[in-house]
Amino acid sequence: MKKKLATVALGALMAAGPAMADLVFPSLSYRTGPYAAGGIPFADGYADYFTLLNERDGGIGGVMAKVIECETGYNTEKGVECYESTKGEGALIYQPLSTGITYQLIPKTTADDIPMHTMGYGRTSAKNGKVFSHTFNYPANYWDGASGAINYLLDENGGDLSGKKIALVYHNSAYGKEPIRTLEELSKKHGFELAALPVDHPGQEQKSQWLQIRRDKPDYVLMWGWGVMNQVAIQEAANIRFPMENFIGIWWSGAEHDVMPAGDAANGYKALTFHNVGTDYPLYDDLKTHVIDAGKAAGAGDQVGTVLYNRGLYAAMLAAEAAKKAQEIHGTADINASQMRDGMEALEMTEEKMTELGLPNFGPTFSVTCENHGGDALVGVTQWDAANKAWTLISEFKPTDGEVIGALIEEDSAAYAAENNIEPACN
Amino acid sequence: MPDQLIFATEVILNGLMAGVLYALVALGFVLIYKASGIFNYAQGVMALFAAMTLVGIMNGQVPFAHLINAVFGGHITHFGWHIPALLAILLTMGVMVLLAWCVQRFVMRHLVGQEPIILFMATIGLAYFLEGVADLMWGSEIKTLDVGLPQGINLWIDEATFNIFGYGFFIDNLDIVATVIAALLVAALVAFSQYTKQGRAMRAVADDHQAALSVGISLNFIWIMVWSVAGFVALVAGIMWGTKSGVQFSLSLIALKALPVLMLGGFTSIPGAIVGGLIIGVGEKLFEFAIGPLVGGATENWFAYVLALIFLVFRPQGLFGEKIIERV
Repeated sequence: MKKKLATVALGALMAAGPAMADLVFPSLSYRTGPYAAGGIPFADGYADYFTLLNERDGGIGGVMAKVIECETGYNTEKGVECYESTKGEGALIYQPLSTGITYQLIPKTTADDIPMHTMGYGRTSAKNGKVFSHTFNYPANYWDGASGAINYLLDENGGDLSGKKIALVYHNSAYGKEPIRTLEELSKKHGFELAALPVDHPGQEQKSQWLQIRRDKPDYVLMWGWGVMNQVAIQEAANIRFPMENFIGIWWSGAEHDVMPAGDAANGYKALTFHNVGTDYPLYDDLKTHVIDAGKAAGAGDQVGTVLYNRGLYAAMLAAEAAKKAQEIHGTADINASQMRDGMEALEMTEEKMTELGLPNFGPTFSVTCENHGGDALVGVTQWDAANKAWTLISEFKPTDGEVIGALIEEDSAAYAAENNIEPACN
Repeated sequence: MPDQLIFATEVILNGLMAGVLYALVALGFVLIYKASGIFNYAQGVMALFAAMTLVGIMNGQVPFAHLINAVFGGHITHFGWHIPALLAILLTMGVMVLLAWCVQRFVMRHLVGQEPIILFMATIGLAYFLEGVADLMWGSEIKTLDVGLPQGINLWIDEATFNIFGYGFFIDNLDIVATVIAALLVAALVAFSQYTKQGRAMRAVADDHQAALSVGISLNFIWIMVWSVAGFVALVAGIMWGTKSGVQFSLSLIALKALPVLMLGGFTSIPGAIVGGLIIGVGEKLFEFAIGPLVGGATENWFAYVLALIFLVFRPQGLFGEKIIERV
């Protein structure tokens, strides 16, 4: 009832008020360069969702959404330039889609009072909202991913991983090194042996790593890869006949283009996820009617329903929901970035809400608070079916090890606070 | 035989195979440098462009489809046919010859007699231009390349070594094919540059543009020929690397693997590219095997350059490079 009243009040306010500016959602995309294959579907999904809201609903709370796309080429310097050139347009939220850009933007967005959402990437300890007031990484982060993989393997092994060997093949960068600390802690806790195998950028040559895997015969291989590293790793795993069902990638190593080059040999490969796959949702019917068939799809319109398209769509949906929340909290449809931040901090995604939005069972339920900018940290697992060329969710979104991760987040965020003279607090 | 020695032998064999793949990329650099004194920064992008063109032709993809659709409307993407690999390779070679003509006609022709650094800068521009054209022409998505090359473990070697050492060696079938192709390619290129009229003319142009012109050698023809051959080598490298990883934009980064090979083997020697590739391949793999675990791994990229620099201390011109003596 309260919600209905708020909606009516908001509608009345808008009808009586002056003409409002668009709600601006910059899209720091990369449609060119070595990582374009991953950047294009995400950017398309992000743009298409806002197009749908504009075409079907007349925007968000009656105000049209405007997506300003800026090409970063997955380059940190260009990403910062994009931020500087678009923030004056009334930007409400940034999703830089790069850990490198995220690190550069954390202090800038905080100073400019603009929120940033780094969904499944970026600085993991940003989950601690008392320190990182303007950075959010719901619904899951890299450490949740590491724990999610181990929890899945625990389930597979009757709750006991002692004596098992697990290898981590990772991109030799800040991104790739993110899960190591968590996995080390988890190896102590569960008694498995961990071997970390770095792969240098870009990852086109991985013979040494896979020869070592062949010699050491680990029971499972986890992968933190991106770009060409993913395709080569999956091909090399197939070459040494490593069982694909024992090979699990992080969510950035689990798109269609990661497995397709290896053909049938990639069948059974698994990847972590924080959202569902496919197009079997009511929202896709609306997308088809209002966006795709209307010729308003972003890009070439050929990415609809792919894993990374769905992720872009999900990111846009979470941004739109946070904007609605901000409108509700502040009683105005014409919100600014600061108000958007408040909306993000009060965001609550329930299954009921997801169903209302036309995306039932699409993502985990979670809520955000000032203390917790990372949500409930639920992680699922998908598996590739080479014959049908499709991913399937094989494990529901399950909790991760809050005890281990929480301590690490506390430690890392405290170090950041000390370095930057931040007094952890919630307003 | 101790286990570590057996493993090291496997690593050496795989290093040799990896070295052949590096050499395939380095060969393209050598050809153009040998003929024109230009360090062709665009060689890696040429491999990418060639591989993308090959996949595009094989799959019947409409070039510049996104652009055409954006300008004229519609949703054309494919012609609806599939071209056999061999024919597609021939057609791609035609495209590479056309590219060579364009490079000569619109870039190199205007820069005859310029300083090498100017020519080098021109190839940097060419690399970025070509990358953009490839993107516009064929799109950015990762494409699967299947020209029928075998991939995966060679079971015969696996079984034979298992019977001898009690441990089956891993050798990738694709690497074996690459080795055979590289050997044939080098033999053909050496024979071409030593025993044919065009090959000798190419070497004459490399020695002195002006002198070659004065004896009636067509600089235009030689440069088109050399860039075409380099385009063919780029196509071979693109096929080998593209089969492994899918054809995607990071293919252009394989040039990074060729630089230490060139430093070590010399910029002007075709056999040098091969020997350099083998030394780099074995050196980096052995170092990663023996020392990598002690220093956290991922040593291959930087160790290749260290190895090349060590060789340069003793032979600044590279193992097979021509010694340049400048008299004062």
